[in-house]
Amino acid sequence: MSRHVVVVGSGPAGLGAAAGALRAGARVTLLDAAEDPGGQYHRMPPAAFGAARPGRLHHGWRGFERLRDRVLGHPRCAWWPESAVWSVDRTEQGPPHVHVLRGEADGAGRERHVLRPDGLVLAPGAHDRVLPFPGWELPGVYTAGAAQALAKGERLVVGDPVLIAGSGPFLLPVAASLIEAGATVLEVLEANPAATVARGWAARPWELAAQAGKAGELAGYAGLLARHRVPYRTGRAVIEARGDGRVEEAVTARLHHDWSVVPGTERTVPVDALCVTHGFSPQLELPVAAGCRLRGGAFTDVDDDQRTSVPGVYAAGEITGIAGAPAARTEGLLAGWAAGGGDPGDRAAAALRRRRDRARAFAGRLAAAHPVGAAWPGWLRPDTIVCRCEETDYGTLLHAADGAAAGSARAVRLGTRAGLGPCQARVCGPTVAELLRGRAGGGDPHRRPVAQPIRLGELANPPVDTPDKKESAR
Amino acid sequence: MSARLVPAAGDRTGRRPDVPLRITVDGEPVDGVAGQTLAGVLLAAGRRTWRRGPSGAPRGVFCGIGACFDCLLTVNGVRDVRACRRRARDGDAVATQSRDAR
Ligand SMILES: Cc1cc2nc3c(=O)[nH]c(=O)nc-3n(C[C@H](O)[C@H](O)[C@H](O)COP(=O)(O)OP(=O)(O)OC[C@H]3O[C@@H](n4cnc5c(N)ncnc54)[C@H](O)[C@@H]3O)c2cc1C
Ligand code: FES
Repeated sequence: MSRHVVVVGSGPAGLGAAAGALRAGARVTLLDAAEDPGGQYHRMPPAAFGAARPGRLHHGWRGFERLRDRVLGHPRCAWWPESAVWSVDRTEQGPPHVHVLRGEADGAGRERHVLRPDGLVLAPGAHDRVLPFPGWELPGVYTAGAAQALAKGERLVVGDPVLIAGSGPFLLPVAASLIEAGATVLEVLEANPAATVARGWAARPWELAAQAGKAGELAGYAGLLARHRVPYRTGRAVIEARGDGRVEEAVTARLHHDWSVVPGTERTVPVDALCVTHGFSPQLELPVAAGCRLRGGAFTDVDDDQRTSVPGVYAAGEITGIAGAPAARTEGLLAGWAAGGGDPGDRAAAALRRRRDRARAFAGRLAAAHPVGAAWPGWLRPDTIVCRCEETDYGTLLHAADGAAAGSARAVRLGTRAGLGPCQARVCGPTVAELLRGRAGGGDPHRRPVAQPIRLGELANPPVDTPDKKESAR
Repeated sequence: MSARLVPAAGDRTGRRPDVPLRITVDGEPVDGVAGQTLAGVLLAAGRRTWRRGPSGAPRGVFCGIGACFDCLLTVNGVRDVRACRRRARDGDAVATQSRDAR
């Protein structure tokens, strides 16, 4: 019988992985917590909208549709929508077992399934990283990704007028989406100075040429901003949000290259909504639960064929490095090919590796153009909330780190509850780790044995028999 | 102005005319459109907050994709449903929640 490959996540990386594994002759189960494939990049409008031209909002939509239809319609592929992986269990031999809940998001009484694959590809993607600033917990302050997901996925503008701030190329597509949806975008603020951005983008022009698609996409956004007279300002950031029960004003300021505030440059801007991003945090709970080694504590470590340190487990997309959708798809194709038992000497695989390496070089250039400045904690005040769930503030965190209970990050977390709320440190984990560096050691912000919430009643139910035959919901 | 749905007429995606649905929020009727998430229904109806943090501070949507758990709601009696991930259904009875009401 052919190998069974389970792919978690159906974004560019997961769809690519499914295609790669199918090409290698494997049987594939592709699953996603969402109702539709596409992930964050090719977020499909809900079926009930009956959108005749969803591609109007997307780059590379045709290619996505072709890949999606080929994968989902393949006789060896089972597509499981609304299927959340809540845990992976290490085994003595072979890849871990995959525990799945099937049914409506956060429902009660979803079906439990356990999959025992021959190869497992993890492609769960990332979410926005937002650094804290005073008032960031006010309603009306959104991650840039939230604004993007709601505009693309539900045709909703989060507010009007909006200010978009933070760092990274992602600011541009978010601004473009909000403009397209009819909102007034006041300005787009990139925290890094023009010199840093330009140096990162201008270095090694041959790499840029090799990524013509992605570079052209970004140039298109820049043109749109210009046509709508939306200023793109560098070296300026939002350092505070103010308002009574909701955001009403953003305070912006000029920044030095290390993101320390230039005194006296503060400006107050009335806003209806504020959209912020400072990069992406990979969703590492599944690779960590599977026992995969991390690279620099920040990403899943993979070899030339997207193999992790755990036999039979492969990783692709944003969990291996933030490189954008085309890179994610290429990594997926490679991961799927290897997981499905494809020949490593295959000519197409060699070409994919070269393409993946060029995309990674492009990612390196982006990272260099949009670093996070080390002096950002200068925005914080003692009463600034760092952990949104538990409302732990900066002062309390520092006090605990310096106090008698110090020594371990775990002790600080238990003492302040930072990172122990419903989001399980997804939002504040990397920030708390950074703030405590040099004060309290240890602790892994990515350890979340329960990757998605499961209810006690569901846990008490035995798993249903896992169907082996093809089944497809759409 | 505040959050709003792009009107179906003139939407570049060629969306079909809106199919209305109605939910209740703490007993009050709120109108939405089939296909919206509960978060989408609430935001488009002009509501930004439906949960309270431990201190009682108001919260609504933050990440929009299920990572931050700021948007939790009780839906048809089931607590802790992420409003940004749950598709609204006509007749859903939604209740706002606060952190300590466990
Ligand atoms: C909100 C948001 C919007 C973005 N929009 C853009 C954009 O417009 N333009 C752009 O260039 N880049 C955008 N990005 C960046 C984007 O993440 C990447 O370019 C690309 O989508 C990464 O592909 P991926 O396959 O690695 O991950 P994703 O596309 O994120 O796909 C991961 C998939 O895995 C699923 N998943 C995760 N965990 C589980 C689990 N435990 N069980 C089951 N399924 C799971 C998710 O539902 C998701 O569908 C966005 C990122 C975010 C967070
Ligand atoms: S808004 Fe973050 S989980 Fe819903």
